Amino acid sequence: MSAPKHGEIDPISGQGTTGHEWDGIKELNTPLPRWWLWTFYACILWSVGYWIVYPSFPLISGFAPGFAGYSSRGAVMAEIDSVRARRADAAAGLASASLTQIRNDPKMLEIALAQGKTAFGDNCAPCHGAGGAGAKGFPVLADDDWLWGNSLDEMAATITHGIRAATDDQTRSTMMPAFGKDGLLKRDEVAAVANHVRVLGQLEPEKGANLALGANLFSENCAVCHGAEGKGDRSLGAPNLTDAIWLYGSDVAAISATIHNPRNGVMPAWRDRLDPVTIKSLTLYVQSLGGGR
Amino acid sequence: MSETGADYDGPLYAPAKKVFPQSVKGTFRRIKWALLVFCLSVYYLLPFVRWNRGPGMPDQAVLVDLEHSRFYFFFIELWPQEVYYFTGLLILAALALFLSNALFGRVWCGYFCPQTIWTDLFLQVERLIEGDRRERMMLDAAPWTGDKVRKRVLKHMVWLAIAWWTGGAWLLYFADAPTLVRDLATFQAPMTAWIWIGVLTFTTYALAGHMREQVCLYMCPWPRIQAALTDPDALNVAYRADRGEPRMSLKESTRIRAKGERAGDCIDCFQCVAVCPTGVDIREGSQLGCIQCGLCIDACDSVMAKIGRAPRLIAYDNDENSKRRMAGRSMAFRQVRARTVLYAGLIALVGAVMLYALATRARFALSVLHEKTPLFVTLSDGSIRNAYTLRFSNKWAQKRDFEIAVGGLQGALALSPDLPDGAGSPLKVSVEPDSTRAIRIFVTAPKGLKIDKFSSITFVARDLGNAETVRVDDHFFAP
Repeated sequence: MSAPKHGEIDPISGQGTTGHEWDGIKELNTPLPRWWLWTFYACILWSVGYWIVYPSFPLISGFAPGFAGYSSRGAVMAEIDSVRARRADAAAGLASASLTQIRNDPKMLEIALAQGKTAFGDNCAPCHGAGGAGAKGFPVLADDDWLWGNSLDEMAATITHGIRAATDDQTRSTMMPAFGKDGLLKRDEVAAVANHVRVLGQLEPEKGANLALGANLFSENCAVCHGAEGKGDRSLGAPNLTDAIWLYGSDVAAISATIHNPRNGVMPAWRDRLDPVTIKSLTLYVQSLGGGR
Repeated sequence: MSETGADYDGPLYAPAKKVFPQSVKGTFRRIKWALLVFCLSVYYLLPFVRWNRGPGMPDQAVLVDLEHSRFYFFFIELWPQEVYYFTGLLILAALALFLSNALFGRVWCGYFCPQTIWTDLFLQVERLIEGDRRERMMLDAAPWTGDKVRKRVLKHMVWLAIAWWTGGAWLLYFADAPTLVRDLATFQAPMTAWIWIGVLTFTTYALAGHMREQVCLYMCPWPRIQAALTDPDALNVAYRADRGEPRMSLKESTRIRAKGERAGDCIDCFQCVAVCPTGVDIREGSQLGCIQCGLCIDACDSVMAKIGRAPRLIAYDNDENSKRRMAGRSMAFRQVRARTVLYAGLIALVGAVMLYALATRARFALSVLHEKTPLFVTLSDGSIRNAYTLRFSNKWAQKRDFEIAVGGLQGALALSPDLPDGAGSPLKVSVEPDSTRAIRIFVTAPKGLKIDKFSSITFVARDLGNAETVRVDDHFFAP
């Protein structure tokens, strides 16, 4: 068998062959169009243009930034700035408008709720949970039970100055005494009061509990803040003991623990960290979670 | 040794063959002109057709409104979530292409493909400025004289002008056409408009002016697919070799026939090649480069008429009839066969499904999203509350009022903090024309109601205008 010959003409198609042959099958030479070659070269030139205009190859420290000064981070920032600029009017409105005005203006409210949602996720959700779901010791913000009030102004004040925040002299500072730890009540007295609190909350007391003693001690020690009927007092942050919501649990042990040594929960004063518009937005967002008035 | 060494003498890259299609007159040329005028008229003028959709809505019959994510086509308005209709259209388009191929071969390539139509238009411009085939060949070979420069510059200017209008017309489908035309004329149009017109001007000019048949030969997948789809009964433009061969000059054939011997009808005049827009020789049989525009039929028919022979030596024909003629049998065209019936049936089926979906689609939609954090909330009176976000989509051009009823959970109360009359029962929501509205709804199961951890709940929205209802099932969670 003779060696394949380059450029041999295929008798059937009349086309030249490349000289490649496998088991008697010869490859036809079907040349690419020349414009394809030029397009290919043009693409190579185009890519060189990219190196020059855009950030491309690494240098010893850093990288070649390119003449256009483009960066994807910069592009995102420019986009964010343009969105801010487009919202500037409404955002400026947020700064000067009162909370009620914002709530009654659908356009401002939309922006406030959107900002509030983001700020809530960044600042509040770690304790209060996403959507204000709450956790033991951290109040649920989606329910209708509010220690310090649920009007817009009361909520704004709570967020601004915090609760028992050491950094803020206008903070909500009332505290429950440590009745057991400080020796104000004895161990069995604490248990009696705890059982009485369960009765207030329409829960079953323990068998054999001294309810008369509990009621007596309650009116002497607790009613000042929590009210004679245990309905609480929002101006003092004293919880309503007759409802179905228990921040630290509702069994005798949990209530006793609170009476013995209350936690007196703390929330930071957010005016130290957030600007007034963000606090307004947060107030409106938290109110929208379901507990607003 | 070297496989592609010095002794290799074939070219690796082939220069494009210069094609100078000659003008031609005849049936198929007339059909092509008519279709060209029709298709281009639709393309250039459709954006200016108005369609009244009511106040506040665009009045352009065909409009792709990217900014507001709407597609308008006369009485049809599509929202982004309805883009699947385009999938149906693409399936229909593919099936129509298959059917047309099974019936008449590459009829799409020859008559309807934009590449064919604009190339035809550009070729006509070239003919008007530089002359017909012979003059153009001579001009191409001629040295660069003032006359040649003048003709070439004029031709490219006209091409660029057409290309600019082509690119411009494309943009008119994406904005209000009269406004955009005015803005372009007064140089007020946005930069993106100019950039896109520039890009499309370039592609039109390059593809229709310079690339022409190269697009069909090297870029387009359809010729490859078509070759795999064709069958012996599909009609394709074909040279009837059984009648034409052996080809010989008129003089020679007269002499041979006088002797009583057989001579083919083809006189090898090359008119079929001269008029071919892709420069192929149809007498070599069906091939990749043949777009089956039928211009060679016109060319051959006019030659046959001049020499007094029967027309349609080149004709829409198929392998089957070629065999039949050679066997001395009469021709038969089987257009109704399993393949064409199947394609037509599928087209009818897909078309019917799409029409049904379009005709019966709801003009308003409701989606319900259950609040996940928290799944439920215990309220101070011991009742259990779940929160839902309901999104209404009003596809009408008018403001619509809806009523929501919450069912499936006996004794549960629904209220919405987002509605002025949020505690009314049933809840009433009005939604602005052509927009969506989300409202939050709190559903509360009173204390003492026996509920499972996981119960069914339904939201039924009723359009107060026409009593159309949409029902969405969801769940209610409890501790």
